[in-house]
Amino acid sequence: MSTPLVELPRTSRVNYLNVSYGIRSWLFTTDHKRIALLYLASVTLFFFLGGFFAVLIRLELMTPQGDLVQSETYNRLFTMHGVIMIFFFLIPAIPAVLGNFLVPLMIGARDLAFPRLNLLSWYIYTLGGLFTLAATVFGGVDTGWTFYTPYSSTYSNSNVMLTAVGIFITGFSSILTGLNFLVTIHKMRAPGMTWFRLPLFIWAHYATSIIMILGTPVVAIAILLVGLERLFHIGIFDPKLGGDPLLFQHLFWFYSHPAVYIMILPAMGVINELITCFSRRRIFGYSFIAFSSIAIAVLGFLVWGHHMFTSGQSIYAGMVFSVLTMLVAIPSAVKVFNWTATLYKGSVSYQAPMLYALGFIGLFTIGGLTGIFLATLAVDVHVHDTYFVVAHFHYIMVGGTIMAYLGGLHYWWPKMTGKIYPEGWARFAALVIFVGFNLTFFPQFILGYLGMPRRYHVYPEEFQVLNVMSSAGASILGVGYLIPMIYFIWSLRYGPKAPENPWGAKGLEWLVPSPPPPHNFDVTPVVTGEPYDYTPESEEAHAR
Amino acid sequence: MWENFPLLPKRASSFAPEVDALYGFLVGVSLFFIALIFLLITVFAIKYRRRSEAEVPPPVRGSLALEITWIVIPLGIVLVVFGWGAVLYFKMYGPAPKEALEVYVVGKQWMWHIQHPTGQREINELHVPAGRPIKLTMATEDVIHSFYIPDFRVKKDVVPGRYTTLWFEATQPGRYRFFCAEYCGTKHSEMGGWVIVMDPVEYQNWLGSGGASAPTESLAQAGERLFQQLACHTCHREDTQELGPSLRGLFGRSVRLADGRTVVADEAYLRESILNPDAKIVAGFSSPSVMPTYQGQITEEQLLQLVAYLKSLGGEQR
Repeated sequence: MSTPLVELPRTSRVNYLNVSYGIRSWLFTTDHKRIALLYLASVTLFFFLGGFFAVLIRLELMTPQGDLVQSETYNRLFTMHGVIMIFFFLIPAIPAVLGNFLVPLMIGARDLAFPRLNLLSWYIYTLGGLFTLAATVFGGVDTGWTFYTPYSSTYSNSNVMLTAVGIFITGFSSILTGLNFLVTIHKMRAPGMTWFRLPLFIWAHYATSIIMILGTPVVAIAILLVGLERLFHIGIFDPKLGGDPLLFQHLFWFYSHPAVYIMILPAMGVINELITCFSRRRIFGYSFIAFSSIAIAVLGFLVWGHHMFTSGQSIYAGMVFSVLTMLVAIPSAVKVFNWTATLYKGSVSYQAPMLYALGFIGLFTIGGLTGIFLATLAVDVHVHDTYFVVAHFHYIMVGGTIMAYLGGLHYWWPKMTGKIYPEGWARFAALVIFVGFNLTFFPQFILGYLGMPRRYHVYPEEFQVLNVMSSAGASILGVGYLIPMIYFIWSLRYGPKAPENPWGAKGLEWLVPSPPPPHNFDVTPVVTGEPYDYTPESEEAHAR
Repeated sequence: MWENFPLLPKRASSFAPEVDALYGFLVGVSLFFIALIFLLITVFAIKYRRRSEAEVPPPVRGSLALEITWIVIPLGIVLVVFGWGAVLYFKMYGPAPKEALEVYVVGKQWMWHIQHPTGQREINELHVPAGRPIKLTMATEDVIHSFYIPDFRVKKDVVPGRYTTLWFEATQPGRYRFFCAEYCGTKHSEMGGWVIVMDPVEYQNWLGSGGASAPTESLAQAGERLFQQLACHTCHREDTQELGPSLRGLFGRSVRLADGRTVVADEAYLRESILNPDAKIVAGFSSPSVMPTYQGQITEEQLLQLVAYLKSLGGEQR
């Protein structure tokens, strides 16, 4: 019998998704786009796990008595919620998923500078995640995500070591991703792609990468020292052995405050892309936005002491940290004003990604302004470690980062998967999330000013009304987060095929097919103009 | 309706109205900017909505004048807020007024021990007179705690290995909650109690009636007894046979050390010298010190009693 040498008709052209099949082709891939999808799967898993803990926390807080779970369990719930959401979702979400997918595409490169290192980053992330999951399975950890000593180093009877090892390992993933981005952005830009022709998404990832590389080792050291102190009682944080508990706070916040900017800077990068595309307009004040990212990254390293205004540190130190923190408000405000101005005389459409972007501006504005309350010395004394702080950082980190992440996911979903999701559902979900979010977290500002401390399992009855409002909001928010998950999965099978450029957007990523071919560009593009060139002339050129 | 749905806690200390005024200013500024941004976005979003798919708006690049405006105005506002906040913070966290009544607080997983200088002890309750500054000197037996009275707008962490202080002046008699605000383990949320602010006359009666526990001796007397028990007096004598420096009139004075530095003999210095005698040796005494460490031998409460005794030996009140 002979095999007929007939070439089978190709039903579709080769793209990064269909170029090879099987689990091995994914686990050993070095394609940045596939690695982005690996991250997408992992961070989504952690998001829903962390979200599940949040639901239990809010259920518990419906009543002032601790009647749903024991205090020991409650403390582990809020700790695991924080650890998982921060280290395994918020920090990697935008850089590792959207950044990985888009950085090479946006600068006209065929991959990241170190593709194998990129794959290694995902494995390191996964390994760290497994340690932390193991800690959860074996009973969890109860120190709070901040691991304050000497509670974490001496007094806690929970799985501090396993969790710490998990976070320590995951840190390397963050460092390697940052390194990869920096080298890629420096060395692999397409001809003509000068620094001031870079999409602002790239500027944001550049600034973020600097923080990842400089900051992450410090938290790794802090966590390592907690581990050593627990095992060998070496007296770094224990005053009985000559140590200082406040030293840990300095080391911890030196990373963990900039870590907030690891979450929010890439989010701002996404918003730049969405606002310009959906108002079909060159961004207002390009260089001010670009430099504000760098300013935030630099200032971010100088403000950690504002977490310690009530700790007994010198009042003069408090004064310096307060004024420096105030300065961070300026580049943040610059961005908000420029986004608003970008809409002016634009051609604004309200596709789902734009709704997420506008929602981001709203939540970020509230979160940013309440940050000034916390930077204000005397006011911070009252609201420090209360629900005011909880509300504030959820507005920035959850309201800001997740709105931008979801907005970006909707925007680039057709590019990533080649499929279109149902627009009506997407708009509906954006609305549900916005309403649910505000109902959950706005009452917490009032709760905090009334004096309800954070991390409270039982609380005085007078705080119940606001807590019930917050819990009700959380259930709406939870539904809001589930809807996109459902229609995204639905779209993979039933969604219409996406065109190359469904939004009429600018940027190199929209010049390649959806989904992109394995090596992104068959011919290296040459860049001749500025980004966001939504001008009548460029449209004419496009039409011809 | 606002009875059941308050937006502000009670204002029961001299700091409360001042903190609320600054807070009110911040709320006002925030509402203004939120309204401004929301209004602009809404107006632009409606006015410039896309009318046809082919529509391409005219380009607008940016404006240096606008950028400078919206850098300078917020900068001015935050600097005002910073200054206002800093002045108030220095008042709150600066030294307590000289006439302040001293109370000693020890945090412990998970309760607050309170000791009055006259010897009364309380657990999770703090009785104070209205209209007089109160200075809390605080220590912890184990982890970091934080003493927080929302109605007074004051809070301070209590950190192992050091004394932290907090002062306030309650303005109205009444009962006010206090909390532990720094996460400290299993029963963190149950580590709180009540500040009971009394009319000064009532407070005197409360002291006289023995309040919580009838004191047999004042804090300083308890400290003196301990001083004898631990045989501190065998070295810290006032005749020429002394092995340790005389402690009379020491508190609040500047002390010259063997290494040439000078320190002020405050609570923290006394505490450190009891727990770690080698840390700061007084000029003229042998190094290493002949004094044994009392680390692990005495509790934070006993330490406070010793310190109270040493303070009672006179010296400059700080």
